Formats: sequence, C-alpha cells, structure tokens
Amino acid sequence: MSEQTGEKTPERKSNARVIGWCLSGVVGMFAFGFALVPLYEVFCEITGINGKTGGRYEASATQQVDENRTVTVQFLASNGPGMTWKFRPVVRSVQVHPGESVTINYYAENPTDQPMVGQAVPSLAPSEGTLFFHKTECFCFNQQPLEAGESVEMPLIFIVDRDLPEHITKLTLSYTLYDQGKQAEVSKSDRAQTTTNNNG
Amino acid sequence: MSAVADTHTQDHHHGPAKGISRWLLTTNHKDIGSMYLIFSFAMFLLGGSMAMVIRAELFQPGLQIVEPEFFNQMTTMHGLIMVFGAVMPAFVGLANWMLPLMVGAPDMALPRMNNWSFWLLPCAFLILVSTLFMQGGAPDFGWTFYAPLSTTYGPPSTTFFIFAVHIMGVSSIMGAINVIATILNMRAPGMTLMKMPLFVWTWLITAFLLIAVMPVLAGVVTMMLMDIHFGTSFFDASGGGDPVLFQHVFWFFGHPEVYIMILPAFGAISHIVSAFSRKPLFGYASMVYAVGAIAIMSFMVWAHHMFTVGMPLAGQLFFMYATMLIAVPTGVKVFNWVTTMFRGSLSFEAPMLFSVAFIILFTIGGFSGLMLAIAPADFQYHDTYFVVAHFHYVLVPGAIFGIFASAYFWLPKWTGHMYDETLAKTHFWLSFIGMNLAFFPMHFLGLAGMPRRIPDYALQFTDFNMISSIGAFMFGATQLLFLFIVVKCVKGGKKAPAKPWDGAEGLEWTVPSPAPYHTFSTPPEVK
Amino acid sequence: MRVHAKRAVALAAGLLLPVTVMADWTMNMSPGVTSTSNQIFSLHMTILWICVAIGVIVFGVMFWSIFAHRKSRGAKPANFHENTVVEVLWTIIPLAILVAMAIPATATLVEMYDTTESDVDIKITGYQWRWQYEYIDDDFSFFSNMSTPRDQIRNRQAKGEHYLLEVDNPLVIPVGKKVRFLLTANDVIHSWWVPAFGVKKDAIPGFINETWTRVDVPGTYRGQCTELCGKDHGFMPVVVKAVPEEEYNEWVAEQREMAEMERQLTEKDWTLDELMERGERAYATACASCHQADGTGLPPAFPALKGSQMALEDMEGHIDIVVNGAPGTAMQAFGNQLSEVDLAAVITYERNAWGNNTGEMVTPKEIFDYKNQQ
Repeated sequence: MSEQTGEKTPERKSNARVIGWCLSGVVGMFAFGFALVPLYEVFCEITGINGKTGGRYEASATQQVDENRTVTVQFLASNGPGMTWKFRPVVRSVQVHPGESVTINYYAENPTDQPMVGQAVPSLAPSEGTLFFHKTECFCFNQQPLEAGESVEMPLIFIVDRDLPEHITKLTLSYTLYDQGKQAEVSKSDRAQTTTNNNG
Repeated sequence: MSAVADTHTQDHHHGPAKGISRWLLTTNHKDIGSMYLIFSFAMFLLGGSMAMVIRAELFQPGLQIVEPEFFNQMTTMHGLIMVFGAVMPAFVGLANWMLPLMVGAPDMALPRMNNWSFWLLPCAFLILVSTLFMQGGAPDFGWTFYAPLSTTYGPPSTTFFIFAVHIMGVSSIMGAINVIATILNMRAPGMTLMKMPLFVWTWLITAFLLIAVMPVLAGVVTMMLMDIHFGTSFFDASGGGDPVLFQHVFWFFGHPEVYIMILPAFGAISHIVSAFSRKPLFGYASMVYAVGAIAIMSFMVWAHHMFTVGMPLAGQLFFMYATMLIAVPTGVKVFNWVTTMFRGSLSFEAPMLFSVAFIILFTIGGFSGLMLAIAPADFQYHDTYFVVAHFHYVLVPGAIFGIFASAYFWLPKWTGHMYDETLAKTHFWLSFIGMNLAFFPMHFLGLAGMPRRIPDYALQFTDFNMISSIGAFMFGATQLLFLFIVVKCVKGGKKAPAKPWDGAEGLEWTVPSPAPYHTFSTPPEVK
Repeated sequence: MRVHAKRAVALAAGLLLPVTVMADWTMNMSPGVTSTSNQIFSLHMTILWICVAIGVIVFGVMFWSIFAHRKSRGAKPANFHENTVVEVLWTIIPLAILVAMAIPATATLVEMYDTTESDVDIKITGYQWRWQYEYIDDDFSFFSNMSTPRDQIRNRQAKGEHYLLEVDNPLVIPVGKKVRFLLTANDVIHSWWVPAFGVKKDAIPGFINETWTRVDVPGTYRGQCTELCGKDHGFMPVVVKAVPEEEYNEWVAEQREMAEMERQLTEKDWTLDELMERGERAYATACASCHQADGTGLPPAFPALKGSQMALEDMEGHIDIVVNGAPGTAMQAFGNQLSEVDLAAVITYERNAWGNNTGEMVTPKEIFDYKNQQ
C-alpha cells in the first residue's frame, strides 16, 4: 500500500499541472469568445467587411477633387420593427466627384402623439467601398429626439475618397431607423447612446 | 495474460457497491462509461423519435400532424439532442471504457470529476427537454440558434436552453480534461506517444478541440443571455450590434464541433478495419498527422457555413480554398483504410460491416462536402436539403455507425458474452438500407430546390420525401433491435474469450472478458 | 456531360422505385436561365463527375479487396503497413485536383460579385413572413404574400399547381437588363433565393447586402426563403416575373399611378357608404374564406362575426384583432397585409353588415394612429 501512495504523489502533481493548463485554456478561450466581438469590430473597421461605415471623419488635409471621375451615391431608408416615423432621404441619389464634400438630407417625422427617440444605423453596399466613404457630419452620430408631430431634415456631409477602387461606380448608403424608446426611459436611451457612439 | 489476472486477486480490490449508490457515487471508469453509453442511447431514441415526427409531417405535402411552431421545435431539439446528447456522450462513454484499458491505466486520471461530469449531463438534458412543456414551447430557432431569431424573437424558454448548454459545456470540458490527463499521465511504461492506439490519439486531439471550442460556445450563449436579459446589444443591430457576428462566433465553435463528432470514430474504425483485415493499419504515422491537420484546419474554415451572408470576395475565396484543403488529410485517411483492407484476410462480422459502410458512406458525405465548399455552387446548395443530406451522410454513417461498430467490437469485452451475430447483421443491413433510403433522396430534393427546415413543401418534392420518410421510419425502428441485441448480450450468450477477434491488437484484449471491475492495477509493460 | 447526367439520373430513378410519375422525379440542379446559374451548373456537374471518378477508383479497390481478399476464400494477409511514395502521391494528386477545381470556381465567384452598371435597382426587405419589394428609382413599393389558400395547406381542398410557390404580387423585372437587388430585413434574418437565377443572398436586419441578375428568357420563376425565420418560414415564397422591356415599363407606370392613388385615399375624408362599399370587396378577398360571406363563420375555429359581441361593442378589441391577429389561432395579423384604407373599410363593414348596424365608422386615419400607438 505504501508503495502505491509513493507512486501516486508525482502522478497527482502532474495531473494538477494538466488540469491547470487545461483550465487556463478554457478560461482563455472563453475570454477569446468575448474578445471576438471587439476584434471583429476592429477587423471590420480596417477592412470594412460588414459595410458599417465609420465614425466622424477628421480630414487631415483637404483632398483634391477628382473632376474626371463621377460616382453615384444612392440613399435608402428603412424602419426598424415597430418604428412608426416617416423616414426617407430627400434625394434618391447624387452624382459626386471623389474628394468633394457633399451635403444631403434625410427627412424624419414623428406622426405619433408622443415624443420619441430614434437612432439611425448605417450600412453601405458594396462593403468594399466602406473604407472610402467618409462622413464628416451625420445624424447617425447621435440619437434623434422628436416631439409629437415634429418633423426634421437631418444633414449628412460626406466625402468619397479619391482612392475608391476604380471598378466601384455606385455606392448605396442605407439607414435603418430604430425606435430607442420613449424619451422618459432614461436608462434605456443611455445605454443606446453608449453603444451607438462606437459605430456612428 | 494470466499474470494480469493473478495480480487482481492478490490486490484484493473491492467490487462494485450495491444498489443505486453504485451508480450515483461511482468513480469507476467502467461504470461511468456504461452510464454514458446508456444515457446516450436513451437520448438517441429521444432525438430519433423527434426525427420520426419530422419525417411523418413531411411524408406528404400539407400540414397533417403538427403545427409549424411545433415542427420547428422538433428540428431544433432533434439537432441539439443528437449532437450534444447522443453523439458526444457516446464517444465520452467509449473513451471512459476503453482509454484506461488501451493505455494500461487502472482508471481515468480524475475519477471523482469523472462522476461529476457524467451526472451533470442528465441535469442539463432534463432542463432542455422540460422546455417542451413550457409556455411558448421549446427552442424553435434551429440547433444553430441564429440571432436575432433566438434572442429578440426567441421563446421564453430560451433562457433555460442557454442554461442547459452551459451545463453540458461544463460537462464536456471536464470530460476532455480527464481524457487529456489520463492520456498524458497514465500511459503504461514504454507506451510512447507514437505507440498509442489510434483511438487514443484521436480522442486526445478531440479533447483539445473540446477545450478550445466549448468555452466559445459558452461565450456565445452568454452573450445571448446578456442580450435577452441585461440590455446589451451584441447581436442587435438597433443597439449597434451585428447579427452576422453571432454566426462568426457560433461557427468558430461549430466547425471544430463537427470534427469532435467524427474524429473518435476515425480512431475506432482504424482498429476495427485492421482487426478484421488481419493486417496492421496502413500508414499509422500519416493517420496521426492527418487527424492533427484536420483538427488545426478546422479552426480556419468556419465561414464556409456563411457564404451567403455577404462576405467580401477575398473572404469568400479564403474560406473556399481553406475548406477544399481539408479534403486532402481526409482523403489520406480514406486511402489508408482502403489500403489496410487491400490484400488482407477479410471477414465481415458486424463491427467490420459497420466500418466498411462507414468508409463508403462517409466518403460520399465527404464528396458532397467538397461540392459545398465551392462557394459559387454553395449559393445553390446553401440551406437546402442538399446540406441536410450532406451532414446526415457524415454524421449517421460517420458518428453513429462508428459508435455501433465500436459497440459490437467491444461488447464481448464489456459483457463477457458474444452478441448474436445474425441479429447484429440484420441490424446492420436494415440500418444501412434505411439510412440510404432516408438520406440519399435528400440530395435530389436539395438540388431540385427544397429549402431545409420547412414543415410543408411544394408538390414536386412529394415523391422523394415519401421515400425518405419510409427510409427514416425503417432506420428508426431498426434501432430498437440494437437495444434488444445489447440487452440479450448483457444477459447471456456464448462466453467471450479475452480476445474474441483473432486480428485485434492492443492492451484491452490482454485482460479477461468481461473486463474485471479493476484492471491494470499494476501497469503492463509495453515493448 | 449533360447527356451522361441524364442517363445516370434515369438509371438511378429506375432502380429506386417502380416509377409512378416520372415528371416529378427531378434529381439534379436546373441549369437555370442566367449566365450565373449556368456557370454554377457546369461547376456543379464538373465537381460531381470528378467526385464520381475518384469514388469509382477508391471504392473499386475496396470492393476488389472485399471480394478477392476474403478470409473465407483462404486469403492470407500481407504484412505491409507503410509506403512513403504512395502516401506522398495520394497527398499531392488530390491537391492538384483541388487546384484545378478552384480555378473555374474563383472565376465564377468574381463575376457574381460584380454588381456595377446595373439598369434597375430593387430593394428587397424580408419580414416575418413576406417580402417587400421597393423600386428605388420609381418611388413605389409593395408586399408580396403567399397566396396559397389555407384550405389547401390544411388538406381541405385539392392543392393547386403552384402550391406554396404562389404570391399575390410577384416581383416584376425586365428581361435582358442587369437588375441589382439590395437586401435587408425588418425583424430576423431571411434569405432570398431564386434557383433559376443562381441568386441566393441573406437579408439581414440593419445591414444591406447586394447581388444581381440578368434574365434573358421571359417567364415566371419561383423560389423560397431559405433561412429559418420562424413559424411561417416555409410559407414565404419568392415569385419573379421576367417580362419584355415595354411590358415592364407599362407595368411600372401603372404601379406608380396606383401608389399615388393609395396615398390620396388615405388622406381623403371617407363616408360610411364609401367605406362599406370598399369594405365589402376587401372582406370578400381577405376574410370571407374563414368567416364566410354572410358573417356566420365556421365555429368553433372561425367564430361568427354576425351579432358577435366584439363587432357590436368592443371597437378597440376589434381593431386590435384585425391589425395584430390572435396568436395561437387561425386569425392572422392583417396590419401589414392590408392598407390602412382597407383595414378601416373591413372593420367598418364588419360593424355594419349583416344586421350588425352599429352605424360606427373607422377611418384610415384612426387605423394609422392606432398602429402608431403600438
């Protein structure tokens, strides 16, 4: 019997080591699962793969306008589930030269008899163009509160980058407008504010 | 051999405890292995009966038996129960029984944890199955539970589903740790890594896969939980989240998961083919490398499940090429098995029949997998019955036939009796015919344009659906025969010698049949 | 190659069962009507035949062993278990085959991703469980619902030719033009598929996806939603009518006119009689199949409306059940299926027909406000 316990001691030790390694692997992979969220976001920001356009663009130097090239930018609007606002772009599409700063408007109206808050979420097709579409001002950077019956024209100022790949001739920018709850629900709109700041 | 038996009597070990506490409190790897196998078979019947409901509803067009809501619950629960309740626990059961016997260890390295990891499973599945009786019904969003269908639009029981997944995840992870510790620390002296039996190798690699991806699954369901109850927006576009992110994280778990369900079967089949060919396995080393390569590559192909979500071209191409590459190591394994049979001295007892069917049908499933890997063609195949045919061709003959082959192969060792060969062959042929009848027409259905997960279909799909349902009923009913064969074998039958298969190799055949309650208290010497 | 495929298909079909209706035994992918779908088809057939060839070789060796090297026939086992040359060969040869497969696949994929220079842009939005088509440049949109009657699904009526694959308003596109689809969804993920075009793309809430097609043959093409999207996932078909350009232009003009009329109707002040008249027609198409033309229903599944407490007294409840449906029963939510005008008309009609004579009227504006409050 004593011989057996003598044998067991080193074995137990090495078991503890294996368990230790495995558990750190488990914890590491669990953390990795969550890390995939910001990693994916960073990855998307670098590559633009999911078509989510970036936050406010700070132009380091004003770009030269490329007069020889014209790109069509098309605007779409959708309402999220249960969103009752009227929401549409004022113009369907515009022709722009890469490098030029363009302003367009979206129209929003709250036809209900209550104040509401909306948040627009952008998406661009083709996603390849995402990196080359810069917004210097956008209503999607902030939540939009509207009083009952109030309507508003919301500006979007953007620049299409001169480096936009040659084969892209048309960009489609789509906004989906989501109901962020009645203004009274402060906590809910607070969290929406924090989450939406990252993705503009 | 007799020396081994002698040490047992000298060691004067206790036998099993009496009554229910033997099973509740046992730390014996054979008892736990048996419980895993019984549990998995029970789940196989439960998941199978759900498949019967699905096939009965699809027998002809129109809604006859169940409502679409319930149909979706059936497909979801069928998938979850088969993957997490039937296939994975069956392999853990085989590992519990056979790994210590194969590496010459007295038990698993962590016997108490072993007990705990088993008993978590019935708890998890009790929770999961109870969702069927809850308000709003069981989860109905498919076993892949894509957000936002499973979050914003999920039934109230989703929370219980998440909890069940957490528990079974913990159970799997503990099982995997146990396997790794056993294999790394408890091998008999002289058994170097490259002398390990292939079942041991494949399980070692599977265990690493489990440790790598089960936490990711736990992570993704935790994110769902937070989205549902704590106001986060991981997968909710309205709060700045991304539903596609869910699919990326899920399939990062999901693709290695499908290899978790097949790799141990690769190992067991390698033993069986070699035993009944009476010839050593061809290319042992390349088998080990191939399994390793498959495991590593399984982390780089996940997005081939998502070709239609609108990934950019570069992403499509990367995942297409990477997926096609997996065909190479998989092909090597198939070639090795065939070459092992070539110029052997073959006989076809039930384990061999199941193994040969495994190789043929798994290869067919591999072919359709290769077709699915071609991204442009996948635009036509994706989410149709072609995919259903594909994964049932790899999972039924792959995992399930692999488990049947292993069960027949090792039943004499477990029970001390030979099973009824005639009945077993009947079981094989009925399963083989039923399985092909059920799943082969699904290829045609998918190519003709029938989407998966629909409770009712257009009229042109009627005939093949009928054939498929008949095959499925046949396959399902046949499995009761398996239950009968096993019960009969446990109760009695021809006494099995220590090594009932003349071509079999390995330490497990050096202990008597049935394997005594305690084996290898003194480690054997491997030359 | 195609001839071989047909022969193989016919042979397999012949073996499978005593043939009943040959016409329905479609076993292979259809080549489709676009260049994309044709390319996919030829890729599919190429790979299929490569797989068949590999299968014949591998299984051939295997069956040779199974028959020739049986123990019962006195076969003595050889003892070889390694051969580096063979093992290297069967790693490299499959690799070469894969590379050969990847080249045409890549070319097809690149073409599928080229969405530039489109002639018509259509936005497709997936809803639970219908599609919305929005003609971006022409300012009109409509919903496309499955039109197969419930009685056919419930086996109370013989199933029609296009059972489950028919809609009230199909998508109309011009032939010979590059049509670009922009896909998104309102609630959960859907997937828009027309097999004959070789087009399948997910519609994801909050995100926009794009794909395209160019159909050269006029005709009606049918597909389905292919991403599990809840209860009625199997009941949201896609129907596309490809028509010659002139016909398409006429149709567009007509749609624009109708959209304009609809806008005016919602604004207009309605009288009870006008609503009753419109309501009778809307009732006949949307409600009468269950509740019957005389409002007596088919109890217990479809309650009578004539003299019902809800139609006589509970106005709020009445609007609610028509707009939102009654979960768990056959009563659907008509809020998104009918226009505000039709909803108002139907409810007004139900409250005044068959001797219900409440004299109460619901206006389109009231329906609109009611929807907004939710």
